[in-house]
Amino acid sequence: MPVEILMPALSPTMTEGKLFKWLKEEGESIEPGDAVAEIETDKATMEVEAVDSGILQKILVAEDTEGVPVNTPIAVLLLDGEDNGTSSENQGDKAPLVVDRQTSDLSISQSDESSPPQGQGRVDVYTQTVREALRDAMAEEMRADNSVFVMGEEVAEYEGAYKVTQGLLKEFGDKRVIDTPITEHGFAGLGVGAAFGNLKPVIEFMTFNFAMQAMDQIINSAAKTLYMSGGQMGCPIVFRGPNGAASRVAAQHSQNLTSWFAHCPGLKVIAPWSAADAKGLLKAAIRDPNPVVFLENEVLYGQSFEVPGDPEIIVPIGKANIVSSGTDVTIVAFSIMVGKALEAASQLADDGIDAEVIDLRTIRPLDEETIIKSVAKTNRIVVVEEGWPTCGIGSEMAALMMEKSFDCLDAPLIRVCGEDVPMPYAANLEMLALPQVADIVKAAKTVCYQG
Amino acid sequence: MARSSKSATKQRSSKSKQVKSAVRNNINDKLKDELLSYYRDMVLIRRFEEKAGQLYGMGLIGGFCHLYIGQEAVVVGMQAAIDSKSSVVTSYRDHGHMLACGMDPSGVMAELTGRVGGYSKGKGGSMHMFSREKNFFGGHGIVAAQVPIGTGLAFGHKYRDEEAVCLTYLGDGAINQGQVYESFNMAALWQLPCIYIIENNQYGMGTAVSRAAAGRELADRGAAYGIPGDKVDGMDVLEVKKAGERAVEHAISGKGPYILEMTTYRYRGHSMSDPAKYRTKDEVNKMRQERDPIDNVKEKLLLTGLEEKSLKDIDASIRQIVSEAVEFAQTSPEPDPQELYTDVLVNN
Ligand SMILES: Cc1ncc(C[n+]2csc(CCOP(=O)(O)OP(=O)(O)O)c2C)c(N)n1
Ligand SMILES: [Mg+2]
Repeated sequence: MPVEILMPALSPTMTEGKLFKWLKEEGESIEPGDAVAEIETDKATMEVEAVDSGILQKILVAEDTEGVPVNTPIAVLLLDGEDNGTSSENQGDKAPLVVDRQTSDLSISQSDESSPPQGQGRVDVYTQTVREALRDAMAEEMRADNSVFVMGEEVAEYEGAYKVTQGLLKEFGDKRVIDTPITEHGFAGLGVGAAFGNLKPVIEFMTFNFAMQAMDQIINSAAKTLYMSGGQMGCPIVFRGPNGAASRVAAQHSQNLTSWFAHCPGLKVIAPWSAADAKGLLKAAIRDPNPVVFLENEVLYGQSFEVPGDPEIIVPIGKANIVSSGTDVTIVAFSIMVGKALEAASQLADDGIDAEVIDLRTIRPLDEETIIKSVAKTNRIVVVEEGWPTCGIGSEMAALMMEKSFDCLDAPLIRVCGEDVPMPYAANLEMLALPQVADIVKAAKTVCYQG
Repeated sequence: MARSSKSATKQRSSKSKQVKSAVRNNINDKLKDELLSYYRDMVLIRRFEEKAGQLYGMGLIGGFCHLYIGQEAVVVGMQAAIDSKSSVVTSYRDHGHMLACGMDPSGVMAELTGRVGGYSKGKGGSMHMFSREKNFFGGHGIVAAQVPIGTGLAFGHKYRDEEAVCLTYLGDGAINQGQVYESFNMAALWQLPCIYIIENNQYGMGTAVSRAAAGRELADRGAAYGIPGDKVDGMDVLEVKKAGERAVEHAISGKGPYILEMTTYRYRGHSMSDPAKYRTKDEVNKMRQERDPIDNVKEKLLLTGLEEKSLKDIDASIRQIVSEAVEFAQTSPEPDPQELYTDVLVNN
């Protein structure tokens, strides 16, 4: 029986990939472990290995084909001991390839192209992924200021577990781009000490789940020392990395910790959505004399936005952004939920509801003025966050509305939040645990009394 | 002098020949049975993991999936050194540990596919499975978090005067976490029956041990606390078992913790999405060809005069078990939506 070889999924987020190159030809025999093809994902180029032995009977997807969905048959393998007859017309088994190793690195050259050439005063705009924008922000600030360095697990030689620090080791060397052992509490504290000593550390947590190991240094050392020293001892440090739900990685690796940090005086907390904001705000964070917790989002890394090329453009900390203006209802969101809020707004428009979407961008200090002004106009507000409801950002917004916008409200505020449970692994439960566009639409209609 | 040393060498080599033939002829049935059971357990892990890799490629398993292929001898040898009263705890690279603890392959595979028949009803996934029945305490995703937890399990064994130890597995990357040393200190201070097994597979994600760990051997990391440590060939299941027995004897007799550094190797990437360009294909192939733990046992078994056919029969029975696990993992239903809200707290 011939076996169909299927396009394999090579990462938690991969839905399609590029069939970059065939390493075997039709008619060639294959042993388990042989590399048969190279496939490009959003992160890397991987070699895929055969699991069964047999003969590569037919290639179904030519090399250089982009956007091949996972599980599409890409070739037919005739298993050992079978004849090469018309039986190939029969429905065969399906076998995926098994992935092993990478051959080359995809996006360095691509991103080099999309990075603006150096120079000043230009107003050019480039299309960039959030991942590239963050990298450029660090690179530009490192060029401008020798005291900026990047430290974390796999940031140098591996170029970042999520490839955010791609190219930095090559440009800045291992004095300024430093791989650490797996010791979050240690290197976060080391960063704080370095910052007391007037360096400007950018500390990457592979994900913010692991920043909980370092919580004591972030809160008790970084956030409080300026105050405790009567203003002498500032801590110009950035803690950055992906925060929030990722795909199917379960409770310990998939959670949104924004409100943990937002709770604490002495920190600034940023959670950008677009690539332009990611870049402009990270630059501002690196230049800021205070400790900044910079919350990225893994799912957004691969999304593209327009980014201004001028390295002098920064986005001010503490300013929200009205990403879509409207008159009927204010939808407040941050990070990945901004995209969902915009989708909801466009569905609401079809039903005649004109929603205004505000991207908070900075969670602490909060841009109260923009929210209050918006609600004075719309008289209705929905707050969307991926995290848990209890003591969340939505709760904070509800307090703000009670204290400062009570007279403007025509309906009680509604929070759209993640479910109040640890993140489940099962696909169906995970979907139910996270806020969806439909939930936002429903909440907006409810506050407009159109539900 | 030259002559005498030469003849000594000669003597030694003829002696080793004698030993070899003795091994070939007299290897007793007990050892043969033992080797057969290790072979079976290791092949089960390997075939299970290969299948898991395939299901991941088909999108049936999501998220992170860390395969244990190459490291089978460590867990199989250690498990042979304890009895069922003892407890086991490890990291996210846990499928092999669960199978070695005697957990049902179908229940493990169904957890990987996120189905209700899985050990955590589909709520934990690859990195988070547990079995009270088998004294397997997870399945932990935060590097080194299992080390104090294992120390606490050992505390419990001592507290209840049990003749049991806790096997606490950790990686060569995990060994650098601060909580490991906090644990070592407490375990030594209170003489807890904890065996710390460092699975040194040479890399923590993309970082070679030498780029992450200062000092000499990882086995010596407990020296300052007076914890004995041995470096063991983790690709040789008999060596592992021998070391395991030594450590268990030490811990159970009230002398406190023990460290075993197992030198081993993972053949696959760190997780499924690891492009693994930090090592060469040759390095991996060399390990596979020269040090493979399953081939090692197979060779020893064939030396006993065992027919290859017997091994083929074992292989076939294991393929059957794994196919059944896959079938179960695909047919067991997704958890009921209400499961989202259960098990957050014990209802009382
Ligand atoms: C506290 C923490 N930091 C980082 C990670 C991400 N991470 C997962 S596994 C791993 C490497 C661990 O290597 P090692 O301890 O050698 O175990 P191995 O994967 O080789 O079995 C890292 C950095 C994590 N899960 N937890
Ligand atoms: Mg390791």
